[in-house]
Amino acid sequence: MSALLKVESLRVEIAARTRILTAIDEVSFEISEGEILGVVGESGAGKSVTGTAVLGLLEKPAYQAGGRILFGGQRIDTLGEDALRTLRGKEIAAVFQDPLTSLDPLMTIGDQLVETIQTHLPLKAGEALERAGQLLAEVGIPAPRERLRSYPHELSGGMRQRVVLALAFCCEPRLIIADEPTTALDVSIQAQILDLLRRMCRERGTAVMLVTHDMGVIAEATDRVAVMYAGRIVEIGPTATLLVGASHPYTRGLMASIPDMRRREVELTQIPGSMPRPDAPVSGCAFHPRCSIAEARCSVERPDDVVIGPSRVACWFAGDTSRSVAR
Amino acid sequence: MGFVLGRLGQTVLVLLVAAFVSFSLFRYVGDPVNNMVGQTASLADREAMRAALGLDDPFVIQFFRFVGHALQGDFGISYRYGQPVSALIAERFPATLELALISMLIATGLGVPLGVWTALHRGHWLSQLLLAASLIGVALPTFLIGIALILTFSVWLGWLPSFGRGQVVSFGWWSTGLLSWSGIRALVLPSVTLGVFQLALIMRLARAEMLEVMRADFIRFARARGLRPRAIEYRHALRNTLVPVVTMIGLQFGNVFAFSIIVETVFQWPGLGLLVIQAIQFADVPLLAAYLVLIALCFALINLAVDLLYVAIDPRVKAAGLVGRAA
Ligand SMILES: Nc1ncnc2c1ncn2[C@@H]1O[C@H](COP(=O)(O)OP(=O)(O)OP(=O)(O)O)[C@@H](O)[C@H]1O
Ligand SMILES: [Mg+2]
Repeated sequence: MSALLKVESLRVEIAARTRILTAIDEVSFEISEGEILGVVGESGAGKSVTGTAVLGLLEKPAYQAGGRILFGGQRIDTLGEDALRTLRGKEIAAVFQDPLTSLDPLMTIGDQLVETIQTHLPLKAGEALERAGQLLAEVGIPAPRERLRSYPHELSGGMRQRVVLALAFCCEPRLIIADEPTTALDVSIQAQILDLLRRMCRERGTAVMLVTHDMGVIAEATDRVAVMYAGRIVEIGPTATLLVGASHPYTRGLMASIPDMRRREVELTQIPGSMPRPDAPVSGCAFHPRCSIAEARCSVERPDDVVIGPSRVACWFAGDTSRSVAR
Repeated sequence: MGFVLGRLGQTVLVLLVAAFVSFSLFRYVGDPVNNMVGQTASLADREAMRAALGLDDPFVIQFFRFVGHALQGDFGISYRYGQPVSALIAERFPATLELALISMLIATGLGVPLGVWTALHRGHWLSQLLLAASLIGVALPTFLIGIALILTFSVWLGWLPSFGRGQVVSFGWWSTGLLSWSGIRALVLPSVTLGVFQLALIMRLARAEMLEVMRADFIRFARARGLRPRAIEYRHALRNTLVPVVTMIGLQFGNVFAFSIIVETVFQWPGLGLLVIQAIQFADVPLLAAYLVLIALCFALINLAVDLLYVAIDPRVKAAGLVGRAA
């Protein structure tokens, strides 16, 4: 499979009042056509910033300070706003966390679908409306034709997130950035929405960058996982590999926190200590203060990426089996 | 419909309270008998007058008589002019309404676009300049603006008249200055003077609301959908901005109407404000009582109009109104 999205050494800085903070540093990853890449990490690790950078939606005070983003082999981080805009919503779509606030409260669902469709596709109003109705049916909204005339407040949270999915899929994108698409929803509805997202992607071969806190979702829905820590990817590899044999001590900690696949919503903070913030960076490996196998060099030198089989790990002791047992 | 009826009920209640206040004023400020028969009348004359006026009746009956008369537009005879109060007010009302309408038109017509523009071009030097100017507009006392305008445009440049209404055209009891050149010229300075504060206020509010809306999630999602900036700014952001701005404009219209007194004094504008200033000086109680009821009526009608407008723009209000009735 060829890489649909290729992010190389991405660096995002934030111009704070007095100095410049580094939110994302040396982040590289790929997503293949039709692949679902899970992105996990503690709150503030830089997951949303990474997704926002891919969408080209970074806003002051954050900006891309380095690296390249390629989509379908074409560099998109240097595109002008207009060219980027025609890509957004058409080739790369987004689903955000809160369906309650993602839709314009003053506009009917049908109008929001139609305006998105007509922005990107050369369809007449009637054809666009037809397509909008089909999309609502596809995301499982009952009586889709009548629902086109509804306003967002007339729908439940789960229904609204289905509408958001319809909006994301309305121009058959090749990639969807889904930033915690189910976190704001009722637990009982989370699985339905996730299944829907996964099914629609599989049917169409749409690739997804799926940001989540839910290790159960990672295990069930993703092909590969990227683990982020303090603005970097500390380990990335096939989900199956990471679940059973992660190389980074932080990933191992995360995986150990999935006691049971059926129990969702596990706390990611079972490892004692807290992640360094962009305004108080740590020298060497950002994880070393919390790491059980850290040595002197970990607090001084930042580890390089090491390729281990299908995975890539940023740890000085990656591949050192004696260490992983010793923990 | 239930929503409308509920609002109508509230309006009637507010008007009754206003009528009560103005009735109390009528009844207890000064002695109406004294005012009508003079200080020198005999005790028997006074008693006869009291009986004729119904002043010996129970309070409640007197109040309802007052309301009954008021409903027929009968507020008695002005102490000072010796004419029916309703005729005096009808004569002055058009001048004030025209002044208030034109000044609000200027304030809204400039304030909303300027507020939106300054919000969308935050860094622009003109935006900064307008913002500073609006602060001055909010802070400057109205009479000072009026005097400065008179000095500049009437005294120095001699372009516009500094007092009066110019030539008016009458339709029955309604008189308008909008149909003659001199009438329009006479309107310019007073309406600008009255509108400056409102303009600054509306501009600042529109700007603040627009900035707020532009940060909202649904705007971010609209960007992610790849909508054109124009559609995002005007179709989505502006409409959501207008909801609170319309409310404020409506309420300010009441204020402009009630507080045109200062401008009418500065420009010797033959409106209600001028009439009321004189009525206060002469303790012309029937006139004051009628004025109070009229102002309350204006505020009530404006509130009603704003509420109805709200229903028209914001689909959520309609729902809330219906739910509120069902509950
Ligand atoms: N506009 C901004 N201004 C200042 N700091 C920012 C801004 N955007 C992001 N950051 C910082 O960048 C870091 C990464 O944030 P990001 O939102 O990507 O985290 P996240 O991994 O998505 O966390 P969460 O799981 O809570 O969503 C955080 O420390 C955050 O404080
Ligand atoms: Mg996030």
